[in-house]
Amino acid sequence: MWTAVITIAALALLAGLSLTYASRRLPPSTGDLVEQVNDLLPQTQCAQCGYPGCRPYAAAVVDGAAAINLCPPGGQDTVQRLSRLLGRPVLPLAEQVEPAVAIIDESSCIGCFHCRNACPVDAIVGAHQLLHSVIESECTGCELCVAPCPVDCISMRPLQ
Amino acid sequence: MSAPTFDLGKLHGGLRLPAHKSHSAAEPVLEVPIPSQLYLPITQHVGEPAQPVIEIGERVLRGQLLAEPDGEMGAPVHASSSGTVVAIEQWPVSGRYGDTAPCIVIDCDGRDEGIAATSGIDFRSLDPADVLLKILDGGIVGLGGAVFPTAQKLMQARTCETEYLILNGVECEPYISCDDSLMRECAAEILGGAQILMHALRIDICFVAVESDKPEALQSLADALEKLDDERIVLKQVPTIYPSGGEDQLVQLVANRQVPSGGLPTDVGCLVQNVGTAAAVHNWIINNEPLISRITTVTGDGVNNPMNVRARIGTTVGDVVQFTGGYADRAEHLFIGGPLTGKSVSTDRVPLVKATNCVLAVFKSSFAGRELPCIRCGDCAAVCPVQLQPQQLFWFTCADDETKLREFGLLDCIECGCCDLVCPSHIPLTADFRTAKGRIRELADEKARAERARQRFEARNQRLEKEQHDRDAELARQKESARQAGPADIAEILRRKKQQSEDD
Repeated sequence: MWTAVITIAALALLAGLSLTYASRRLPPSTGDLVEQVNDLLPQTQCAQCGYPGCRPYAAAVVDGAAAINLCPPGGQDTVQRLSRLLGRPVLPLAEQVEPAVAIIDESSCIGCFHCRNACPVDAIVGAHQLLHSVIESECTGCELCVAPCPVDCISMRPLQ
Repeated sequence: MSAPTFDLGKLHGGLRLPAHKSHSAAEPVLEVPIPSQLYLPITQHVGEPAQPVIEIGERVLRGQLLAEPDGEMGAPVHASSSGTVVAIEQWPVSGRYGDTAPCIVIDCDGRDEGIAATSGIDFRSLDPADVLLKILDGGIVGLGGAVFPTAQKLMQARTCETEYLILNGVECEPYISCDDSLMRECAAEILGGAQILMHALRIDICFVAVESDKPEALQSLADALEKLDDERIVLKQVPTIYPSGGEDQLVQLVANRQVPSGGLPTDVGCLVQNVGTAAAVHNWIINNEPLISRITTVTGDGVNNPMNVRARIGTTVGDVVQFTGGYADRAEHLFIGGPLTGKSVSTDRVPLVKATNCVLAVFKSSFAGRELPCIRCGDCAAVCPVQLQPQQLFWFTCADDETKLREFGLLDCIECGCCDLVCPSHIPLTADFRTAKGRIRELADEKARAERARQRFEARNQRLEKEQHDRDAELARQKESARQAGPADIAEILRRKKQQSEDD
């Protein structure tokens, strides 16, 4: 009988030790984690974090290359959620932005198409040489269309 | 007289509260005279604000359309009396949409001229769908307090298999007795409204539920029912427990069916309408009078003469209270709505709106008490009519844990206020829950927006990739054809070039 008890105890101990080791040492699957981080980001694709979009930033955060407080549109709430998910300390937001939408001054627009090419979410409609306009409900307020405009006719209108 | 029946379902929790109703319900309903000015908010319903269709300076008549619904969800607003529209401006209101709202202001001329009266219609000869459309034009909203546009609620119910129409005459919240007065005085209208609603929805059974502490109302309804001789309508007496008048609670009590979490009574084949709404439907369809007045309870120890009055929509609360005999010297707090679900207001310049079932002036707010830490006694869970665990929810609201809040059913909270009343630590649980619910909705909106932006971003990337791919393929094709070009092709091109330059 003692052989059986000792065998089972030894097996249990072995399993326990190896599981502890695995959970401490082996990194969690980063692919899933990147998706989870990406889900918490506001998907404005504004590149204000210094990365070309939300997913690249998420990958950098998981890598440890980027801090968790670089997403201005997400605000402090996103920092908090990221800190909860990743177990990193909460940092104050690096830069504040007010939520806004782009608005095109239609009297000055020359139909150059540059802003449409810059918009990451295709929220600008219009054709070459014709007036462009912003689909307000789809605009994420990323400001990426402001700089390319050669006649400076795009401005950001704060949302209440 | 059809005997009140007692085969009722059971309600979890709830409270027996002191009613404070006898003062206001005892006397007949008096009519408040038309004031000099009416303030009609363009949002008196759930949904988008109505769009004004009149000009400033225009003379309007009683019952004239002032603003019509914009979008799918909404109800029109009608002039409550004749006069001149002098402004459309921000004015204090007691609503869920902030402290002030755009109101249409009418200078009344006191003549109270109505628009040319057309005779009422015989609804039985109309198609049910036409009856619904007609109801839509009457500006009728749920008068129990939720002010959900009645026509839209009925249209939703038509898409489901609805078996029972339940008229809610329970009015379980303390102090409020306007429905009691309505049932005593206008029982015939209520039952007439029930017949119209049954016709519009092709329902064959209607329960009229009345709390057991309103024997006069029950008697009056029973008399009217006898005169009407309609076997499809059945009176039901329900026990006097707060909040048995909640929509889902009433379905449980009357039909003994449980409304699923996140669902509507129509999911279990029931449609609940307030008795006041039924009377308003009757007045509109039969007498062609839109919803321009309502009965409201003026009560509390802060007024001299508690009573029920019928006032035009848009009369200021101050005017209504003055008519009843004014405030008592010691009045300190003014609530629009009942003591549990009402909203405290800082001025009595707010107008009486379609939702205003009660004006409550009190000497001391009943919830005064210093907030102490939760001792986890569990009293709140025992009284919760939705069988939630408020002590756990409170914990999660403090931690702002959205997942847990959803898991523990915060969105099913009906904000009845029972947990506040029994909490020995005086924690304003309902207010916390209301805030948390708003926050959850906000988060869900944010999430949906982010998801849409992500989809658009990915679609765009796919498109760009495809364009790039096509360009590369075209380039490769051109390169390939250039590589394969022989001396004959080159000679041909040179010849063409030469020809071209000679032509120029």
